[in-house]
Amino acid sequence: MRARLAALDYIADDALSVSVFLASKLGRPLLVEGAPGVGKTELAKVVSRMLRADLIRLQCYEGLDLAHAAYEWNYPRQLLEIQARGAAGRAAPGAAPAAGAGQVDDLFAPEYLLRRPLLDAIDPRRDRPPVLLIDELDRADEEFESFLLELLSDFQITIPELGTVRAVHRPFVLLTSNRTREVHDALKRRCLYQWIDYPSPEKEKQILERKVPGLGDALSRQIVAFSAGLRGAGLYKAPGVAESIDWARALQLLGVQKLGLDDVSSTVGCLVKHQDDVERLRGGLARELLEAGDAVAGHSPAGHSPAGNGA
Amino acid sequence: MADVDVVLAFVHFARELRAAGLGVSQGQLEAFLRAFQWLDPCSRGDLYHAARTTLLTRREDVPLFERLFAHFWLAPVEAARSPGKMPLAPRHRRSEERPALAMLLSERARPADPEIEVRDRSFTANDDELLRRKDFALMTARELEALRRQFLLRRWDFATRVTRRKVPCRSGRELDLRRLPARAARTGGAVLDLPRRRPKIKERPLVILADVSGSMELYTRVLLQFMHVLRQRLDRVETFVFATRLTRITGELGLTDIDRALDEVSASVIDFASGTRIAESLRAFNTEWAGQLLARGAVVIVMSDGWERGSASELKKEMRILRERCHRLIWLNPRLGRPNYSPRVEGMAAALHHVDDFLSCHDLQSLEAVAQHLAELPRRRGSSRAPFHGVRDPLHAAAPPGEASQ
Repeated sequence: MRARLAALDYIADDALSVSVFLASKLGRPLLVEGAPGVGKTELAKVVSRMLRADLIRLQCYEGLDLAHAAYEWNYPRQLLEIQARGAAGRAAPGAAPAAGAGQVDDLFAPEYLLRRPLLDAIDPRRDRPPVLLIDELDRADEEFESFLLELLSDFQITIPELGTVRAVHRPFVLLTSNRTREVHDALKRRCLYQWIDYPSPEKEKQILERKVPGLGDALSRQIVAFSAGLRGAGLYKAPGVAESIDWARALQLLGVQKLGLDDVSSTVGCLVKHQDDVERLRGGLARELLEAGDAVAGHSPAGHSPAGNGA
Repeated sequence: MADVDVVLAFVHFARELRAAGLGVSQGQLEAFLRAFQWLDPCSRGDLYHAARTTLLTRREDVPLFERLFAHFWLAPVEAARSPGKMPLAPRHRRSEERPALAMLLSERARPADPEIEVRDRSFTANDDELLRRKDFALMTARELEALRRQFLLRRWDFATRVTRRKVPCRSGRELDLRRLPARAARTGGAVLDLPRRRPKIKERPLVILADVSGSMELYTRVLLQFMHVLRQRLDRVETFVFATRLTRITGELGLTDIDRALDEVSASVIDFASGTRIAESLRAFNTEWAGQLLARGAVVIVMSDGWERGSASELKKEMRILRERCHRLIWLNPRLGRPNYSPRVEGMAAALHHVDDFLSCHDLQSLEAVAQHLAELPRRRGSSRAPFHGVRDPLHAAAPPGEASQ
């Protein structure tokens, strides 16, 4: 599993590979938590490529409800239909008035149904399971979570007017959370759980080399050491891997070979995104980290990767 | 995977986790067992990762899980060396009757003070009034007990906010298009009435950061009690204490029994009654917790007398950052109750630049004013959030002019 993920430029450790593997085999959703920018969303994209499956993405936000997540009736069409029937009834007064009323039920037929991501993911007409990404679940409210319970344990959605829609192929469901609030226990117990941490320097270097081809060995080592130092420095917004990748790309574009103080201060916006942090960097933290990085680089660490078998 | 012994061992392991306070559901256990259709139960790596991903639900539980895992699966090897006593999750710790912080502090109250005779629940109006105005620092143990009952009897309302979620409501402003055709269908397609909806109103999250350093010592017990009752009554409350370092005590105050809760708090907080580093503690909050806890328009209360050992400019900066991220920042200072108080302490003066409300918390009356103020906070962030100037009269702080109308 790890090798398959790596083939798609996603460097995962054993813990995450086992989780992904089990999630796909057991047909259970996988809840991934971690600091911003450690590759939670990226994981879903990679898994969908790996399984050659469609990626269906539901971005959560406050106030997200069934109508936007699962399904909605096409009200304008329904209302037009009601009016049209009323008009037809008036035009042909001979017709039994009961006929119009009797057909009201078919206002709630599948052709009036608008499918949203969740319903789409469990559509029984699909011939292979898609990957469903429910992104930043913590942004939605608690009420939305309780709705997910039915979906995530039985992979079905009950539409009162139509009946129950059940998936023929269980989708691979990935939920992510930044922990701005605790996800409810009932939901967590239906999921496999994994916490993605900031990668180790070796791992982050591998990631950079995959994502930014042509980045020199020395430079990538410097970038990794610098980012790791920032994460340890207690910033208000520590940079994630996404930020280091952006930064590496920026440095590459600028043709930087070896990281200097000027390069840091001209590209600092890629890496650090809180004004007070920027000031701290400019006020001497950058110099400190660079010097510390140089001291380590002078030591010349061997590029060893942690041993272990992926599932 | 048909090996009965192995299955039994797995079940025992899950039971062990439950005993230590990690809730493991039957479904999780089942997933764990089924994992070994594909994984090798004899490989330690497979076993560990499979157990961790199927049985755990929180990152905080990982260290405890690791200890239990090592103890259970490696026990034959290491049992001889360490007759390990498992650390249990706090909820399950037998609370031996050790003198709690609460007791300790109540004994410090000056016994020389004239004592108020407090009978069970039946205050005369006069006693009640005396109790309400008595400075917490001067209270005797019996008065503190009476105070506790007062806390419990009271209703605690809290600031609300308008969410983006919609709920059906007859007098709502918006048409509920979702229910309209369904309604019409019931009456044969004729639209007889228009269903409406309005935004849902919810309680705001509340974060309390309380100073438990030496200078606050006489107030600490009551303020912890205050935090406990809010934690019990309101939906989303996070509580921290600090003196030289920041400690989160939300879990501890979740215990319903106040004595046990305070026991747990005094066990987990190591810096009671020591010096104060407010700026550093706030910085710890800003970097580690603010991102998680200050979403959704949280209200933040800092309870401290502002005696700062560190630099005032650092404190000012941290307060600014804290205020940027929350809906409202309230500072409670017990010394504000003193007749001629002015925030001359350097730290306090610095912090006041970035405070929305500066209120007292030295007696029951002032806490009631705080509670009222919290209940009446404007729903939306308004113009009332101007920088703070001057000290407000604590007794009239509940409804400062120009704010009640918002």
